[in-house]
Amino acid sequence: MTVSETTEASTGEALRPHAEDAFAEELKALAAADDRPRPERWRLSPWAVALYLLGGTLPDGTVITPKYVGPRRLVEVAVTTLATDRALLLLGVPGTAKTWVSEHLAAAVSGDSTLLVQGTAGTPEEAVRYGWNYAQLLAHGPSRDALVPSPLMRAMSQGMTARIEELTRIPADVQDSLITILSEKTLPLPELGQEVQAVRGFNVIATANDRDRGVNELSSALRRRFNTVVLPLPATPEAEVDIVSRRVDQVGRSLDLPPAPDGLAEIRRVVTVFRELRDGVTTDGRTKLKSPSGTLSTAEAISVVTNGLALAAHFGDGVLRPGDVAAGILGAVVRDPAADRVIWQEYLETVVRERDGWKDFYRACREASA
Amino acid sequence: MSGTPASGPLLLGVRHHGPGSARAVRAALDAANPRAVLIEGPPEGDALLPLAADEEMRPPVALLAHAVDDPGRAAFWPFAEFSPEWVAIRWALARDVPVRFIDLPAAHSLAMEADAEADPDDTAEERLVPVDPIRVLAETAGYDDPERWWEDVVEHRVPGSGEAAGPLTAFAALGEAMAALREAYGDGGHPRDAVREAYMRIQLRTAAKEFGDEFAVVCGAWHVPALRTRTTLTADRALLKGLPKVKAELTWVPWTHRRLARHSGYGAGIESPGWYEHLFAAPDRPVERWMTKVAGLLRDEDRFVSSAHVIEAVRLAATLAAMRGRPLAGLSETTDAIRAVMCDGSDVPLALVHDRLVVGTTLGEVPDTAPAVPLQRDLTRQQRTLRLKPEADEREIELDLRKDTDASRSRLLHRLRVLGIGWGEPAAGRGSTGTFRESWRLRWEPELYVRVAEAGVWGTTVLAAATARAESDAVAATALAEVTALAERCLLADLPDALPVVMRALADRAALDSDVGHLADALPALARTLRYGDVRATDTTALGEVAAGLAERICVGLPPACTGLDAEGAEALRRQVDGVHTAIGLLAGAVPSSADGLRERWRAVLHKLTVRDTVAGVIRGRAARLLLDDGHLDQDAAARLMGLALSPGTPPADAAAWIEGFVGGAAGGGMLLVHDERLLALVDAWLTGVPTDTFTDVLPLLRRTFSAYEAGVRRTLGDLVRRGPVPAGAPGAGTPAGAGATAPGFGPVLDTARADAVLPVLRLVLGLDERPATTVPGTPAHPATTAPGAHGGRPPATAPAHHDDTPLGETA
Repeated sequence: MTVSETTEASTGEALRPHAEDAFAEELKALAAADDRPRPERWRLSPWAVALYLLGGTLPDGTVITPKYVGPRRLVEVAVTTLATDRALLLLGVPGTAKTWVSEHLAAAVSGDSTLLVQGTAGTPEEAVRYGWNYAQLLAHGPSRDALVPSPLMRAMSQGMTARIEELTRIPADVQDSLITILSEKTLPLPELGQEVQAVRGFNVIATANDRDRGVNELSSALRRRFNTVVLPLPATPEAEVDIVSRRVDQVGRSLDLPPAPDGLAEIRRVVTVFRELRDGVTTDGRTKLKSPSGTLSTAEAISVVTNGLALAAHFGDGVLRPGDVAAGILGAVVRDPAADRVIWQEYLETVVRERDGWKDFYRACREASA
Repeated sequence: MSGTPASGPLLLGVRHHGPGSARAVRAALDAANPRAVLIEGPPEGDALLPLAADEEMRPPVALLAHAVDDPGRAAFWPFAEFSPEWVAIRWALARDVPVRFIDLPAAHSLAMEADAEADPDDTAEERLVPVDPIRVLAETAGYDDPERWWEDVVEHRVPGSGEAAGPLTAFAALGEAMAALREAYGDGGHPRDAVREAYMRIQLRTAAKEFGDEFAVVCGAWHVPALRTRTTLTADRALLKGLPKVKAELTWVPWTHRRLARHSGYGAGIESPGWYEHLFAAPDRPVERWMTKVAGLLRDEDRFVSSAHVIEAVRLAATLAAMRGRPLAGLSETTDAIRAVMCDGSDVPLALVHDRLVVGTTLGEVPDTAPAVPLQRDLTRQQRTLRLKPEADEREIELDLRKDTDASRSRLLHRLRVLGIGWGEPAAGRGSTGTFRESWRLRWEPELYVRVAEAGVWGTTVLAAATARAESDAVAATALAEVTALAERCLLADLPDALPVVMRALADRAALDSDVGHLADALPALARTLRYGDVRATDTTALGEVAAGLAERICVGLPPACTGLDAEGAEALRRQVDGVHTAIGLLAGAVPSSADGLRERWRAVLHKLTVRDTVAGVIRGRAARLLLDDGHLDQDAAARLMGLALSPGTPPADAAAWIEGFVGGAAGGGMLLVHDERLLALVDAWLTGVPTDTFTDVLPLLRRTFSAYEAGVRRTLGDLVRRGPVPAGAPGAGTPAGAGATAPGFGPVLDTARADAVLPVLRLVLGLDERPATTVPGTPAHPATTAPGAHGGRPPATAPAHHDDTPLGETA
């Protein structure tokens, strides 16, 4: 990504503008109202960064919308970590707003959320350190001009916040090259006999998925360089139902699905099932349950409901019924055909069967599992 | 002499169990050097105060008051190392300054408690209305959490920082704040406080006569304004008139940090005694020392924590505190920092830190000279009522549970066992099959007194202590079987109050245990336990529900668990299937509400097992047998299943396992074959078809199956088999088993033609005939087939052609 493209996208009709552009007004108002001490090269004080993420009202009446709905404690720890020049690792299952939080943190702290390394199984070392412009290299030999800096290197030299997405997907040897950067705050350029030293204000926010197994687990040496904040799933059923129904509404509109008249009850049911299995305890807190191997994140609940809506719209009478979601739920819950199926059946027999008003759902699930 | 605005005694208002308050009290006492110290506490405890200076006295301890005639009615005044009251007591004792308790005597408060319990309206009011003074002050100061406010304003005052203003300023300020609060809220919903404060004022007057103004009072901050109020002696006396009274006794008992942290019951409701103790004990740099402690704990638990981690955690905690605008990192900041830096954001190791350090595992100690615990008194009383003398000699007693006294004795002994006081051991009684009879071997040993004293932590009566102990054990238990055993003990010991907790633990363990074997092991014990409901009139509804839930889980989990097993595992599971089958039969009687559904589902599970090829043979056979016995599988279906299991394509070892499951194990297995000759014919036909090379493999299995039969059954079977197979197209092949006439699959009598065929060989063996054995060409090839007949004493009926049922005959 080159600089010119970035500018073009943010000024023009970008499908999704960057955080610092979308919330430029709020950032400006915050900077104006913020009279607390700021760490060097920070756009805002830590307190104002926390306020930007959690939302609130400024003395001049500007309303800051909440960017992250969740425990205040987590945001405070995350911001403070950045202020102590320790790297921040955001952990969580997919769909817990890790990337979202990291983007907004970078936008609020450095005013730029685009210094991004996307971690994949094929991320090369150049993406973390630097690459070469080979035409320059051949023509003039090794020099700083022939060097193509990585986002991380740029962040170091400018004192900005760099972001690394999906850190655990990056191969272990590439991860290792981060250790020097994070502990010594320097990036040696052995070819030139030079080094790039990070200036104050430089920091790294990494995100990682703690649910996937079999990816490149962080070495303890690297892990030690990070403070870890685990982003949880929504705390209350109400919050989750709210998130799911709002998202389903948006997705449904883009797919031209007719709105379901009685969808909310079914959404509530899907969320309840997901939450109970995920938490391993019923909502009334009286019965413990086994948890299946799947994530059962809010995002999956959304997809189950959207699927059900599509089924109801195209093959049913347009009303979201238990039968429309049963198959989807089964698919989301039973990931491991042996163990998860037992867990699901136990859940059906010990919880769903006894529950008032869930008879039709129980029957639909029995049919789907048969 | 003091910083208090009004002249008079030095009033030190504290928060109970606040380390900052404790430190401030010590500083204030050092500064004022009073001639006497008065402390909020029951005056009956004055005599016990010198014990506080005893070498062997280690906090946390509690002053326990109980009504003499009713040890269950008790109150506790817990003291920790960091309790201001404790600090004051130790300060006074170290300097030989008189120290006294000045609260309302326990004799009155215990009696009033009983009255309050009798009047439900009163207690409801008392629970709803109370104002938390600290909360109001914290809200006024803009804090959402009162504990945090108190920590910031009082507890975190590092020694030295308040020195400039004098050690007494904080108390004066707090007293004023409380006065303002009391003006606004009156008694704040604690109506009994008026009486207590009147009593305290009277005590203060008495002390004033003796020591002038030169004495200090350590009491809850809330009481300070009331003690400062000028009232008349007569008014105070009037308030105290006509108070109910019981005879109360006091003693010191050891306490634990865990109990200090408990909100309910006698806990002091402080969330973090370990943290407070640390704050109180740490001479300086509390956060650094705390983090080092935490790192040490995590290292001991094999978690990698380096010094760099500690440094970063301290930095993060300090920065967090700064960002939250707090003077010093408190417990919440340190915890957040530990989570982010040392625990990788996970709450699991943090739970350990909370349990071991924040709450702490400290156990108090009380010198031997402290008066006996009420539990001992209660025990003695019960021993007297039940005429069960503690004797050092061993003796056995027989209890008939249908008699009231014997039932009570049994309950007492069982409760003591729950408490770990091994006075009686159950012995195998003579009539051990009856559930109304119990045998005990009793022996009282001196160290049991120590056990009783130890058990005093759990409660003041045997019943209460056993209940508390059972509840605690249930929560701590890890294995399902432990909880099941505990449930059984709870019923035996008649601890109905502990039962809900135990049941809950049981349901939880059962829900999380994914090994069907464990569940299946637990169910029979539960079903057994349910039977006690009849003898002891215990309410076992909850137990029944849990058992039914357990059965449900077994129904779901059993079919997948029966596949891919080795021979041993399959055999174990077969036994468990038997156990569960019996248990479900019992349960159906005990839990009528879900009986039909449960039996139905279990039947469905068994059906599923019988037809699933991947299920181990022995279990498939067993399931078919159980269904057949209960009449849910008719004979034709059973024959069809057997035919399938024994069809030529099945590996012989599997088929043999099936046979073992179907007709083996239980004693009645053989009778089935005797009475249903069709099944016997199927077995026979299969057996004759087993190829020679695999025959020796199935032999041990079959031997195991058939050798378990009674001799008579074996003989009958042998007789049947001896008749040989039915000739093709013989009459009666399809008719049901008649009285020996024409059994399906077997001829009515000996097949003489075939029997004759063996004669030449027999003659040859016995040397009766000199003719060469040319008529039986197969004989030399099968010398072994005749051998069993020779040494086994078995009728030589089996022709070489029918040689494969030889082992059957041999075992018969």
